[in-house]
Amino acid sequence: MGDWLVPALLMIITASTPLVFAAVGEVVVEKSGVLNLGVEGMMIVGAISAFAVGVTTGSATLAILSGAIGGVAMALIFGFLTLNLLANQVAAGLALTIFGLGFSALLGHGFVGKTFPGLPKLEIPWISEIPFIGPLLFSHDVLVYGSVIVVVSITYVINKTRFGLLIRAVGDNHDAAHLIGYSVNKIRMACILFGGAMAGLGGAYLSLAYTPFWAEGMTSGRGWIALALVVFASWKAWRAFLGAYLFGGITIIQLHTQGFGVDIAPEFLSMLPYLTTIVVLVLISRDSSQAKLSAPACLGKSFHASD
Amino acid sequence: MISKKIILVALMSAVLAVSATSGQAADKKTKVGFVYVGPIGDFGWSHQHNVGRLAINNAFGDKIKTTYVESVPEGADAVRVITKLARSGHKLIFTTSFGYMNPTLKVAKRFPKVKFEHATGFKRSKNLATYSARFYEGRHVVGLIAGKMTKSNVIGYVASFPIPEVIRGINATFLAARSVNPKVRIKIIWVSTWFDPGKEADAAKALIAQGADIIMQHTDSPAPLQQAQKSKVWAVGQASNMVAFGPKAQLTSIMDDWNAYYIQRTKALLEGTWKSQNVWGGFKSGMVKMAPYNKAIPANVVAMAEKAKEGIFNGTVHPFAGPIKDQKGKIRVPAGQNADDGMLATMNFYVEGIDAKIPK
Repeated sequence: MGDWLVPALLMIITASTPLVFAAVGEVVVEKSGVLNLGVEGMMIVGAISAFAVGVTTGSATLAILSGAIGGVAMALIFGFLTLNLLANQVAAGLALTIFGLGFSALLGHGFVGKTFPGLPKLEIPWISEIPFIGPLLFSHDVLVYGSVIVVVSITYVINKTRFGLLIRAVGDNHDAAHLIGYSVNKIRMACILFGGAMAGLGGAYLSLAYTPFWAEGMTSGRGWIALALVVFASWKAWRAFLGAYLFGGITIIQLHTQGFGVDIAPEFLSMLPYLTTIVVLVLISRDSSQAKLSAPACLGKSFHASD
Repeated sequence: MISKKIILVALMSAVLAVSATSGQAADKKTKVGFVYVGPIGDFGWSHQHNVGRLAINNAFGDKIKTTYVESVPEGADAVRVITKLARSGHKLIFTTSFGYMNPTLKVAKRFPKVKFEHATGFKRSKNLATYSARFYEGRHVVGLIAGKMTKSNVIGYVASFPIPEVIRGINATFLAARSVNPKVRIKIIWVSTWFDPGKEADAAKALIAQGADIIMQHTDSPAPLQQAQKSKVWAVGQASNMVAFGPKAQLTSIMDDWNAYYIQRTKALLEGTWKSQNVWGGFKSGMVKMAPYNKAIPANVVAMAEKAKEGIFNGTVHPFAGPIKDQKGKIRVPAGQNADDGMLATMNFYVEGIDAKIPK
């Protein structure tokens, strides 16, 4: 049992990390009252930006940075369309995904068939060699540790800081926030760009560490899963983290059970992560008053100072 | 699924854009059109068909003009794309995915003067031919190599969907591996997708964690091969030579090569000898090829693989030579006989010795 347990647990971490980034980024965006359905598009542009720079320069640091920048650039388009031009957020988000998938294919044209050595593991002498705990907790690349730090920081910023309060204020009542003198659009733009950076990092993790190569459409719907996780998490970063690990965990466990010859239809097993997520979603949102409290009241509504 | 719809819309608009431009070039060259299910950059199935299209360009130069439309969804959109190609003066149209079968038939009826060729299907008419490749011949060769190269006696197989083509590949691999190594076992993980690099890599990882030291795949991305390289086990590439993704891991790759076929059919069109037919080509027709063998394979194993390949070429070796029993011990192919094409095309059982069940 021990021989496969550690690899299986490591696989869960790898499978969950891109989802964590994309989902907690979107938590912040939606907290500020903006619904950006373009996560998939931002992710895949992040993936190709990171990969292209990584292959060209050979630097993992620059590659990761470029992934985030790629996501931010996409988010900027979305922010401009929805905040400045007051475009419909759902339509703009969908367009962002479609555009991202096509644009990344164009950018990636010269990078098909190239490979990247992957991200270096940050290992601590002695400690990383402790059986079980060492490989599980102390031998990951910087993005895996980064995803945990991001979750902790977001939870802190949203709940404990003044800026977090502002984000929640523009998300829950943008008119009130505006009337007491805060720039709704500036705060929202900051959140949108942050969400773009996180989606970009999620994509960068796919093309740099998960499967270090470039292929068109390699995000394979992970951006949509991240969006679902935000609702599942009732707009809480730490719950989005748990949700991502639940989803990743069940995906990996079903592959292992197949290998052990457990006789369950693989189509059913492929469906299982989605099913579990829906069931948990239903369970935690049973209390409708609680659910209403957690959803930002202005989610998806455009704001204009003249209204 | 929202995502699928969106991708569909995106593809439709892309498709319309491409086909609109292809309609404008009205010159005297004979036009040949291609419809691909994936992007030509998939490094697998569609990529190889596009290599075949380029081979036509090379062979005929100024006489032929080729166009292609990539990432065309199977179904109603395919009808639109194929019609557009037929209407814009293409004389020969290749549709290269199983799901284009009915759309191609429908359009072929409406354009009796245009010739159509559909890959991997079985519906034909006067102006609609079908063609496919016997990839299982390649699976036989890699099965032999795997049987000899495995130390753990476990072959890991990343599979897509339980359709006859995939099941045939698993059986061909296993029969060949068992024939040289009675201890060998095969572990199969279905990922229910043709293309999801992350999931394919995860399936390979799971197989390796469970003891497989050779990874085979019937999915389209190089992710399983790349994972094998990382985990220092062997692997076999799919559709094209994927050696760049696993220079140490790739034992060989089963490659699709449509070049000769596409050139031959275009030539027939130009000479007016084109006829509807059904071609299922293997090593002999050059449709299936093996990538160069890994240098780490001992000379005697390479010799054995080459001998099998030659035997299949000459017709003295058949990957499904009897006696073949299914998992219940029932004889499916009697001793002294080979499985016929009808049985191969509809294969829906695992052979005896495979310790798994076909998903129902």
